[in-house]
Amino acid sequence: MQHDDAIWDLIGNDNFCSYKVKTKTQQFCRNEYNVTGLCDRSSCPLANSQYATVREEKGLCYLYVKVIERAAFPAHMWEKVKLDRNYAKALEQIDENLIYWPRFIQHKCKQRLTKITQYLIRIRKLTLKRQRKLVPLSRKVERREKRREEKALIAAQLENAIEKELLDRLKQGTYGDIYNFPIHAFDKAMEKQEEETESEEEEDEEEESGTREFVAEDEFEESDLSDFEDMNNLKGSSDEEEDDEEESGEEEESEEELEEEKTKAKSKGKAPLKGPIRKKRAYVEIEYEQETEPAQKSKAI
Amino acid sequence: MLYSDKRGKTKKVKRKVKPDEAPVQEMDQAEGEETEKKSVSGPCFPPTFSVSEIKNKQRRHAMFLKLKEEKRKQKLELKKKKKKERKALGDQAPPKEVPKTIENQRIYDETTVNPEDEEVAFDEGTDEFSAYFSRLTNPKVLITTSDRPRGRTVRFCEQLATVIPHAHVYYRRGLALKRVIPQCVSRGFTYVMVINEDRKVPNGLVLCHLPDGPTAHFKVSNVRLRKEMKRRGKDPTEHVPEVILNNFSTRLGHSIGRLFAALFPHDPQFVGRQVATFHNQRDFIFFRFHRYIFKNEKKVGIQELGPRFTLKLRSLQKGTFDSKFGEYEWVHKRHEMDSSRRKFHL
Repeated sequence: MQHDDAIWDLIGNDNFCSYKVKTKTQQFCRNEYNVTGLCDRSSCPLANSQYATVREEKGLCYLYVKVIERAAFPAHMWEKVKLDRNYAKALEQIDENLIYWPRFIQHKCKQRLTKITQYLIRIRKLTLKRQRKLVPLSRKVERREKRREEKALIAAQLENAIEKELLDRLKQGTYGDIYNFPIHAFDKAMEKQEEETESEEEEDEEEESGTREFVAEDEFEESDLSDFEDMNNLKGSSDEEEDDEEESGEEEESEEELEEEKTKAKSKGKAPLKGPIRKKRAYVEIEYEQETEPAQKSKAI
Repeated sequence: MLYSDKRGKTKKVKRKVKPDEAPVQEMDQAEGEETEKKSVSGPCFPPTFSVSEIKNKQRRHAMFLKLKEEKRKQKLELKKKKKKERKALGDQAPPKEVPKTIENQRIYDETTVNPEDEEVAFDEGTDEFSAYFSRLTNPKVLITTSDRPRGRTVRFCEQLATVIPHAHVYYRRGLALKRVIPQCVSRGFTYVMVINEDRKVPNGLVLCHLPDGPTAHFKVSNVRLRKEMKRRGKDPTEHVPEVILNNFSTRLGHSIGRLFAALFPHDPQFVGRQVATFHNQRDFIFFRFHRYIFKNEKKVGIQELGPRFTLKLRSLQKGTFDSKFGEYEWVHKRHEMDSSRRKFHL
């Protein structure tokens, strides 16, 4: 036994040791060969000639035994014994390597081995579960995206777009008879539209779903014989158009779906129209006052 | 000599009409000061002179302001002239020029869908959504979050569940998505929506259409919950809302649009007067939820109800969620796709 007490006197309780970490209530030892991690007379690797630890490297546990005869050669002072992967066998190995050693060190080594195996098991379990992947954000990109989003929001004019879309749906009559508005004004509003449409299934659907009266009143207001022809043509053409619907080859019954698909394909701001009517009738806008001069009822092109 | 130098030099130049460089020093101070009161007009500057060459900050600033004013005046004059000409010409005037906007200048995308395109129509008749659009299935949505959601995300999920009919919120509790999905399929769900959270704020959305549908991954931003909305109405009712999809013009846009459309049941209940809008503008999809009322046939009033958020598509995957081995139909590659400001993909 080599000057253990002397060494402990020098580095011990209130003295300086470079591995010592002091907290309010306790002292810890940062020495890598320390079994318990506390700064203690029996746990200090420097102040004990007979000492052993268990350490783990890359998933394997090793028993480190201090050979005090080689104190002059610190690099070779610790002997490394590879322990078995099996926990029980490793315990037996510790027992046989540290036979006749003080019980304290044997016990602490076994405790340390237990803790190490437990956390190794936990690591293996966690790696099997889903790992959270952290994706780095580039600040410049985030700022750029934010700015672009703001600009896009301003350009979108959402309220206007939504209102327009709703009014268009009202005009097509997708709402059926729920809303009853005077027809003059309705016609006037329709005349004022001048955009092209891309799909014309709506009319067919309207008529089928019982809003024929509404539409028919429109026609009747004109009370032009030619208009009646056109109405027939309209029906015929909208039958044809059913075939080349934008979205799906199958016939869809719901107006809702059609609208959705139609609006999907539509670019912003364009209102769907009763296409065939528009195409067939090439009237010139003359007047759109209240007095319904049926013969001169005009429609926009 | 130094004082009136900078200010005076322009006047000097004007008087002498010298094509020299600005710092001409030989003139008399007196002459310079006399002409200081005169206003400077642009065309008298020598060609190599620029406002930024004046070293004195105050004078430089003053010169710059003058320059700006001149330019503005010129512009106004030009405008007036043009207006006069238009009036004079009357009917023969050339058409008004349309101002350039980013939407105008958008680079034409070759995958833009022509409405009469039969191939597209055929594709869409046979893709994963055809079941929905032919009314074979009704949507049933499962909303969940990433692990350990914070309050804001949880509230967002709840509000989403009120907006989307037949939506159910479930806690994640550390389950693996790949195992959740077959369970959902067996229980008849058509959609799984996973809201990813980062630092207590929802920032991502994975929308997975269930019986092997496409999976879309979005970046979520600007989430506003109901109580943060100004002038909002009462809570949404249980009626099925209408859906508005705007500006989905390319093939990719079409598929995303159908993805959104299939979230909602087919027949909206117009009695409820609620509408959910997905508006695509420059690759940002804005979601809004409103209640509308028709005041007369030309005016409609809308009142914003539910939550609002913006989405940006990050990737579209063909099968159900599988980040490692999935087949990606479209992935946002920043360096290729963000290089042009006029190019959009949706």
